[in-house]
Amino acid sequence: MLLISCPNCGSRDETEFHYGGQAHVPYPENPAGLNDREWAEFLFYRDNTKGAFAERWLHSTGCRQWFNMLRDTVTYDIQAIYPMGTPRPATAAATSVIAPEGATK
Amino acid sequence: MANTAAINGINGLRDIRRSPASHLAAALEAGSIQGTVVLKEGPFQTMAGVRVDPRSEEGARIAAVARSLPARCGDVGGTDRVTVLWLGPSEFLVVAPEEAHDSLGGDLIGSLVAALGEAPGQVVDLSANRTTFELSGPRARAALEKGCALDLHPRSFTVGTALSTEIGNIPVVLQKTGEESFRLFPRASFADFLGRWLLDAVREFASPEVP
Repeated sequence: MLLISCPNCGSRDETEFHYGGQAHVPYPENPAGLNDREWAEFLFYRDNTKGAFAERWLHSTGCRQWFNMLRDTVTYDIQAIYPMGTPRPATAAATSVIAPEGATK
Repeated sequence: MANTAAINGINGLRDIRRSPASHLAAALEAGSIQGTVVLKEGPFQTMAGVRVDPRSEEGARIAAVARSLPARCGDVGGTDRVTVLWLGPSEFLVVAPEEAHDSLGGDLIGSLVAALGEAPGQVVDLSANRTTFELSGPRARAALEKGCALDLHPRSFTVGTALSTEIGNIPVVLQKTGEESFRLFPRASFADFLGRWLLDAVREFASPEVP
């Protein structure tokens, strides 16, 4: 069970939250100009980062507000929680990741 | 429910209104342990969901009607009679006695709607959305702690605060009204489950404590 620090409500159980997928995926400036592949990539293609990953969360049984979280997908360490609309905070990216032998990313 | 005959509802509908856990009333009474933990469903209440930016002009007008808007998570605003629970930074639940409803001679909903005016936000009559369970007694906290992950110790959960959380996996607003008394606001469709869950939680306190 993760303990997530909601910016409004403080530390709560993970079960009170809903995951909202990758953060900072910009809506295309000209959606009508996209071809099928580009549109599919905007809709369905997401990073599968090993290490620090910026994602959206919703405190659904608390204040019902969205926020962004920088979480390590390996250690589940929550590195930062910041409001929607603000840029991803700089971190010592992926220092916690122990890369398996032969891995490039 | 108490005192239904005294109030003449709209078109006679008030008389056939049933609270969501009314079918459990006898079970709640039988399951309560006087002096240890007492569980009952509270009377009908007038509730209004308010969404407004509390720092705006319309927020100030709403606050004037409700006396005050809570500023942060856990805060409860309003008066003894009309309480305002914090649900989110711009979302509040106004809870008042049933008589405050416009159809029963009160003016709560109407005055909130008037206070909001044409400004962005909403005031919705949610009187039938949630029911109230009242849990009190020295073991009330122990019963709640079986299904609530929050720290309910008095040092962190003080009298006169309210938090929306999960109890028995049910989303509820939990209000602490006294040192040993709590009010739970589950949605109507969860009332049956939560009532039975609470009955099960308090059952062990009927038996003598095993050292």
